[in-house]
Amino acid sequence: MMRSLIMLAVLICCSTGGEIAITHGMKATGEPARLRPRALLQFLSRALKNRWFWVGVPLMALSFYSLLLLLSWEPISFVIPASALSYVVGTFGAKYILGEEVSVARWAGVMLVCIGVALVAAG
Amino acid sequence: MGHERRLRIKTLVMVLAMVVCANIGDLMLKRGMNEIGPVQISLAGLLHALYLTITNGTIWMGILFLTGFMLSYMTVLSWADYSYVMPAGAFGYALLTFLAVVFLHESVSPRRWVGVILICVGVLLVGQTKPRTTEVVKEATA
Repeated sequence: MMRSLIMLAVLICCSTGGEIAITHGMKATGEPARLRPRALLQFLSRALKNRWFWVGVPLMALSFYSLLLLLSWEPISFVIPASALSYVVGTFGAKYILGEEVSVARWAGVMLVCIGVALVAAG
Repeated sequence: MGHERRLRIKTLVMVLAMVVCANIGDLMLKRGMNEIGPVQISLAGLLHALYLTITNGTIWMGILFLTGFMLSYMTVLSWADYSYVMPAGAFGYALLTFLAVVFLHESVSPRRWVGVILICVGVLLVGQTKPRTTEVVKEATA
């Protein structure tokens, strides 16, 4: 159980850090002109030139491999909900690093999600 | 259709695509890892696991769906808040629980079902908030 919890902590830190870096990169990239294949390809090539994207990718890769390890040890209906503890960490990151406005309703929603997640993880 | 409304619909459709791809992908990975068996934490064990994962077709199907997830995720984050997309994506837990029950035959306790309901209510609350609270760069037309 201990090794699963440690791997879970690695998973949460890497996935949240990676997602925040990628969000920052995507905001700098700007949204695609249209949701059509050509515009999406142009969007993708712009995104791939953003260095924040490449900060996020290795972190996401690490979180992906720790997810694979966890999935080989524990059932999916434990692993995925437990990794959702990153919602709290991520919301703080969004507020203080990305400068997003987290309204009362949004916090309430995140908290409900977290209580739900705790219940789900408890089984 | 109002700008705000259009933004909300666009965001929700993309979040739905994200959730479906992520769930199918995770389910495939779990199947693939079940075929491989528990991984030993040692250099030889990890290398062996790496070899088994890259030669497993189910794992590759999982990776394909997770790539679809990544693309829809990157796209939605180019216009919507991380603190909106992330909890909205938690809607996937409801779907995941059903998938785990139907396809992996895992048993789900009443307490876990209550958790799933709370998650859904939380996601609905977040869904009511503005999808975007920061300035977004419009695509440079060049």
